[in-house]
Amino acid sequence: MSTLNRRRLLKASAAVSAGSIFGIPLEVAAQAAKGGVLVIGSTQAPRHLNAAVQSGVATMLPAAQLFASPIRLDKNWKPQPYLAERWTLSPDNRSITLHLRKDAVFHDGRPVTAEDVKFSIETIRDNHPFKTMYGPVNAVTINDPHTAVIRLAEPHPAVLLAMSTSLTPIIPKHIFGDGTDVKIHPRNSTPVGSGPFRLVEFKPGEHVIMERFDKFFLKDQPKLDRVIVKLFKDPGSLLLAFERGEVDVHQALTDPRELERARKIPGVQVVKGAAPAIGPLVWLAFNTKSPKLADKRVRQAINYAIDKKYIIGTLLGGMNVRATGPISSGSPYYTGDVEAYDVNVAKATQLLDEAGMKPGANGVRLSLDFDAIPGSADFKAIQEYLKPTLAKVGIEVNIRQSPDFPSWARRISSLQFDMTLDAVYNWGDPVIGVHRTWLTSNIKPGVIWSNTQSYSNPKVDEWLAAAGQEMNLAKRKELYKQMQKAVVSDCPVAFLFEQTFYEAYSSKVVNAPGGIWGQIDSILDTSVKA
Amino acid sequence: MLRLALAFFRRLALAAGLLVAVLAINFMLIHAAPGDPASVIAGEMGGSDAEAMASIRKAYGLDKPLPEQFITYISKSARGDLGQSYTYNRPVADLILDRIGPTILLVLTALMFAIVIGTLLGVFASRRPDSLASGAVTVLSLVGYAMPVFWTGILLVILFGKVWPVMPIAGMRDVRQFGVGGWPAVVDVLHHLVLPALTLTIIYLAQYSRLARSSMLEILGSDYIRTARAKGLNEWVVTFKHALRNALMPVVTIAGLQFGNMISGAVLVETVFSWPGLGTLALDAILGRDYPTLLGVLTFSSLLVIVANLLTDMSYRWIDPRLRGK
Repeated sequence: MSTLNRRRLLKASAAVSAGSIFGIPLEVAAQAAKGGVLVIGSTQAPRHLNAAVQSGVATMLPAAQLFASPIRLDKNWKPQPYLAERWTLSPDNRSITLHLRKDAVFHDGRPVTAEDVKFSIETIRDNHPFKTMYGPVNAVTINDPHTAVIRLAEPHPAVLLAMSTSLTPIIPKHIFGDGTDVKIHPRNSTPVGSGPFRLVEFKPGEHVIMERFDKFFLKDQPKLDRVIVKLFKDPGSLLLAFERGEVDVHQALTDPRELERARKIPGVQVVKGAAPAIGPLVWLAFNTKSPKLADKRVRQAINYAIDKKYIIGTLLGGMNVRATGPISSGSPYYTGDVEAYDVNVAKATQLLDEAGMKPGANGVRLSLDFDAIPGSADFKAIQEYLKPTLAKVGIEVNIRQSPDFPSWARRISSLQFDMTLDAVYNWGDPVIGVHRTWLTSNIKPGVIWSNTQSYSNPKVDEWLAAAGQEMNLAKRKELYKQMQKAVVSDCPVAFLFEQTFYEAYSSKVVNAPGGIWGQIDSILDTSVKA
Repeated sequence: MLRLALAFFRRLALAAGLLVAVLAINFMLIHAAPGDPASVIAGEMGGSDAEAMASIRKAYGLDKPLPEQFITYISKSARGDLGQSYTYNRPVADLILDRIGPTILLVLTALMFAIVIGTLLGVFASRRPDSLASGAVTVLSLVGYAMPVFWTGILLVILFGKVWPVMPIAGMRDVRQFGVGGWPAVVDVLHHLVLPALTLTIIYLAQYSRLARSSMLEILGSDYIRTARAKGLNEWVVTFKHALRNALMPVVTIAGLQFGNMISGAVLVETVFSWPGLGTLALDAILGRDYPTLLGVLTFSSLLVIVANLLTDMSYRWIDPRLRGK
């Protein structure tokens, strides 16, 4: 670290007085000292670093440092200026004018202009997996080099959230606009952005090393000299490296024993419920097209047979909270006013009787295949718990293990399943991560995390369509409330728990990031004590 | 002369044919695994839609029929183009070049130590085959061999990473020292190398000590050893100059085989220690259905086997002068 500071000092001195070491003003030395290197340990390896064409935490975390987005969201989900100084919505809600700051430059020194914003939004609309973010965008027009107008086919309340964090990185047109398909552009691994840190080295599967960008548009930010993402193959090694102080940040503690160990480290700062906007829900999904599960009373019966408190409190060590419906509890659109499905074996049996599922000679009413996303010890434990639990109400469960993720995804997306444990993320606005699971129009065989339950309720379709365009917050909340009640009552999935994210920071870290996107947001105020 | 050249080219043609056959089998095997790269990429991205997945397939040429994909792959790799990695979106050749150094460093270090220490232990054990010390060598090396490699690795991690934290446990470099070069960098790499190399050495060691012991026992009972002793030669000379030289042949054979298999041999150690080698690259390629990367690694691995066999042949000649004339 001392060498790093020396180098920064030398650079600073060169800038100040043509190389005279004695000409260094004192405050430059002081500034360098308050920086430091932040090493984030993670097991999630990014494919590349261009978040305009790749979502997921692995890419979005470094991308949020390399790129700046038009806006940021504060702790209360309220939009704040970032690359855009201000923005105005037209009275008919069909166009948004972005006024960009004039002092923002890319890491190669070229200015950030409305051309780049237009290029980025169009690239995202045409390539990003979350189509709904910019689906309604007809065109982006340019009024002057620093004013861009997004023209919408219909009102689109999700658009401000979509313009935050690395959901909308502003990428340079002069690099990515050369005609190559951006999804496979060679510069995706060596991108240039206008974010607080510039890329020094990206070694796939090993690390991403980023260094403070001296011409970043916000004064005195970021505080850190370097942000390094170090990748681990094995979660055990990651935790040990954190205990030893080799990494300053443990990106995601997911196991109660890991959490307990991390909490024993002197001075450790554990952030519970980090990044609420990501909103990961875990549920037991039913294939509603399967003849055995087509009757909603059967699905409800299974839901009533499951003791969620036991799963969360005992199997998962109390790390997570109960999921009640399709929207996660951190979202402004969440309602807990839905059927709770507290465990009730008598009711489960009664529902199965009503549905005509009578026990056979061996006491078995029906037999179901049961899948789970592979690789999670939690999911395995839940699978093992559910087998005897459902046997009590006369449902025989055949556990099917998948050797790896693509094998599981293939089974589920081709609708060859009865039940599966699944984890689906909200991704901020319901339009992005919620609608996809429940819309009849999104029953798309072959696509994982579409409506693989084949769930169809015309009322729900209507409410979602209306909520997707409703600009009035209260009315929008009301629409989502009705939709949540209906989905929970129809029971295409049994909601089990919300994966609460735990991030851990060493005692040296000052001002750990705490926004709604957690670490997938620009790290500006954080620093590291020497 | 002509006959020799003919034989050489026939060999070469056979090897090339074999390589294509290996590639074809690998290509079919990996395509038989359920799911495709688009589904993996969609999984990493937290979701996708039909259009986006189709465009990923199109971008990587996965929408073409399989035979066409295979022919494209073969003809491209014949021209030295191993294609683009789906997982990492960069040329496969770059990825392999990036990862080959660490794997060779790790495997060669471990092999060297295993051969030297293992052989010496074997020789030592063969001197008094029924002694307690000989039994101890046998038991210890068998225990080392029988322990699963990841378990040995994890035990070492706990011992030298937690109980007595003197060794780095992950990666090949200290990322905080990024940009530091010269001797400090060499020392840093060697420091990171200790535990993974030790783990692999423990695994390899047993084979060499057992092999050296049994072949030494056999040779020490032969007539020419008795003659050497009868001549009044020093026991050291008898053991190391007369006996060991002949006893080394099977050791070299196994070393050659192991070097050829180093990618599969190192994959678990690389995983435990996050060592940036070819083994983990191949594993990630399988899990990610990254066909070009996996095929690239396999091609490279077949090449390695050929080279290893060649080297083994050469060292036979070096060890046994009788083979030199042939």
